[in-house]
Amino acid sequence: MSVSTDPLPISETRPTSADVHAPVDLLRFNTCGSVDDGKSTLIGRLLYDSKSLMEDQIEALERSADITGGGQINLANLTDGLRAEREQGITIDVAYRYFATPRRKFIIADTPGHVQYTRNMVTGASTANVSIVLVDARAGVIEQSRRHTAIASLLRIPHLVVAINKMDLVGWSEARFNEIRAEFESFLPRLDIKDVKFIPMSALNGDNVVTASPHTPWYPGPPLLGHLETVHIASDWNLNGFRLPVQWVNRPNNPRNEALHDFRGFSGQIAGGIVRVGQKVLALPAGITSTVKQIWTLDGPIEQACCPQSVTVVLEHDIDISRGSMIVGLDELPGAGTEIHAKVCWMHPRPLQRGKKYLLKHGSATVQAVVTEIEHRLNITNLEPEATPSELSLNDLGEIRIRTARPLFYDGYAANRLTGSFILIEQGTNATVAAGMLHPALELVKPEGTDYAI
Amino acid sequence: MSNYHLDHLQYLETEAIHIMREVAGEFERPALLFSGGKDSICLLRLAEKAFSPSEIPMPFLNVDTGHHFPELNEFRDRRAKQLGGKLIVRKVEDAIASGIALQAPGEISRNKLQIPTLLAAIEEFRFDCCIGGARRDEEKARAKERFFSFRDSFGQWDPKNQRPEIWNLYNGRLNPGENMRVFPLSNWTEMDVWEYIRREKLEVPTIYFSHKRLCVRRQGQWLPVNDIQPPKPNEQVKELVVRVRTIGDIISTGMVESPADNIDDIITEIAAARVTERGSRADDKASEAAMEDRKKAGYF
Repeated sequence: MSVSTDPLPISETRPTSADVHAPVDLLRFNTCGSVDDGKSTLIGRLLYDSKSLMEDQIEALERSADITGGGQINLANLTDGLRAEREQGITIDVAYRYFATPRRKFIIADTPGHVQYTRNMVTGASTANVSIVLVDARAGVIEQSRRHTAIASLLRIPHLVVAINKMDLVGWSEARFNEIRAEFESFLPRLDIKDVKFIPMSALNGDNVVTASPHTPWYPGPPLLGHLETVHIASDWNLNGFRLPVQWVNRPNNPRNEALHDFRGFSGQIAGGIVRVGQKVLALPAGITSTVKQIWTLDGPIEQACCPQSVTVVLEHDIDISRGSMIVGLDELPGAGTEIHAKVCWMHPRPLQRGKKYLLKHGSATVQAVVTEIEHRLNITNLEPEATPSELSLNDLGEIRIRTARPLFYDGYAANRLTGSFILIEQGTNATVAAGMLHPALELVKPEGTDYAI
Repeated sequence: MSNYHLDHLQYLETEAIHIMREVAGEFERPALLFSGGKDSICLLRLAEKAFSPSEIPMPFLNVDTGHHFPELNEFRDRRAKQLGGKLIVRKVEDAIASGIALQAPGEISRNKLQIPTLLAAIEEFRFDCCIGGARRDEEKARAKERFFSFRDSFGQWDPKNQRPEIWNLYNGRLNPGENMRVFPLSNWTEMDVWEYIRREKLEVPTIYFSHKRLCVRRQGQWLPVNDIQPPKPNEQVKELVVRVRTIGDIISTGMVESPADNIDDIITEIAAARVTERGSRADDKASEAAMEDRKKAGYF
């Protein structure tokens, strides 16, 4: 595409000094779609129109346009950072991009759309608040659109945007827009996505990307950026059951401060819920209850903390807790067991085989695990199960059963993305071979009768 | 925190602390790369927060090219001492003298020579993990970097064979001889770094603030006048009011003309900036893939 390269005025869409004094929140989104859908153009347009590109970046684009592009600026060159990608004109990996407006900061995970890159899409989507699925208005809903939507649903991305792009090529037809929307809505009920927004746009011309388009008087909603700036994300983190996977036991060596001689804190990132001083908690796998005595931070003790804050918790009683343990709230207990059931995305060229042993990392715990059963492969376009396969190959999604050497304490992925997820690591090569999403456990943890140990 | 919702700096902070604690939990002999620059200043504060009230459970490592700004080294040494940490400095000069680093004929820049010097330090102390302050927004080869960046036994980065990182689960497992570079600030932007410095009231080296300095015009930039490459008679030398936006070696760091003498003014200046931070680094301009090539060879 070609872009005007007039000097960019400093616009009201970039944060000014006054804005940067106010705290804002951060939204992460991923974009799915192939080059043909205009994905790179859309990202380029967002960065360009929000004045997030700098002069030297535009100059670099122009330099490469002169050399290889016949004078055409290719916004895809902004995201394709590796030499192999520029040479082959493809995106081979997840690239991260950053921009800000006065209302929010944004992290874009830009993932390639082809079927062979499902694993990259899973990676980019795993931390996203919003997933943007691009649809070419001429082509309508194609297999790829269904697949991207299915993956967004599988990963429980809270918000979906269907960007119906290239509307200029269908004469800005409201009827065409409604037709594609209806087609999408026909398969959405089968998926787990609560919030879906449809936006008609032309990324190439900038219609309804950053500024509202004059061509869509029939569309009452905001342009894409306006939607991204206002979509409600405060409730995207789980604030129900308190979960603290212990990463590190904090015991000062020879503290200068006498009061810290007996300090024994448990450091971790809260993976769910809220913790308060005085709250009753259960330490796992010890199975012993205690009370939160202190929540320590560098700036002094605090009264409460929430997911996803990183804290150091001190308990009333001396309990055997180490890296891999989990401290949980008593009001809402996690599941427990050694027989687990999960959906996985296979991420390695060496296929998953039944009976093979892996290391399973869940929270801060790493345990030995064996895959006891491959129940089925999921059809990637509709998530419907397909007949029992003997193995799962690279980019396959499937349902498997795993036995772990030690009990796992976990939640269903639908309830908590952090305590309901795991990775599998191949022993020997140490490659990360799978991303897993857990089904809820059949049994919950049972707190033992012992209140505490000395 | 209000209504149990984190703002962007709190989010970036908790993400970085989580990563630092994963390093402490999964590696035997980690080190933290500390140059005294703004990014590694943030790293140190995050490490304090991650491990308080314990001391930071890893030494600080710096590769000194011998071309550092003196203000930077003074600050580095003072800050490390304040924190009671062990600071290890390995010098490119010594690496050249012992034959570990070989200087290309005619090449004055020691940028590339940091690589063998760093790799030798990793071997000397048997570090299995180095935490660095690199950010993905700095450069587009960095945009594809992982938080946990695996390096083979030659210290090399293979961009096509990176471990996928899903949710907040990082795979830190290594075989003997391999090591990991870990970048807790991956998701931070230049603006985030300065906003964090302001929020945490962190001290930074004086060269980040506006001051008078003799500069020499080279390759379209104002470089500080220095003894390593003194001005030639035909070169334009001028006393300017300048500051640095990013710190590299004294022979390659472009000075920015600026009146900003406090953090608020720096933030205002960056909000209005029209070029990226690395626009003032001559070492990145060598070619479009300059950073990618250095990283593959073991750069951080």
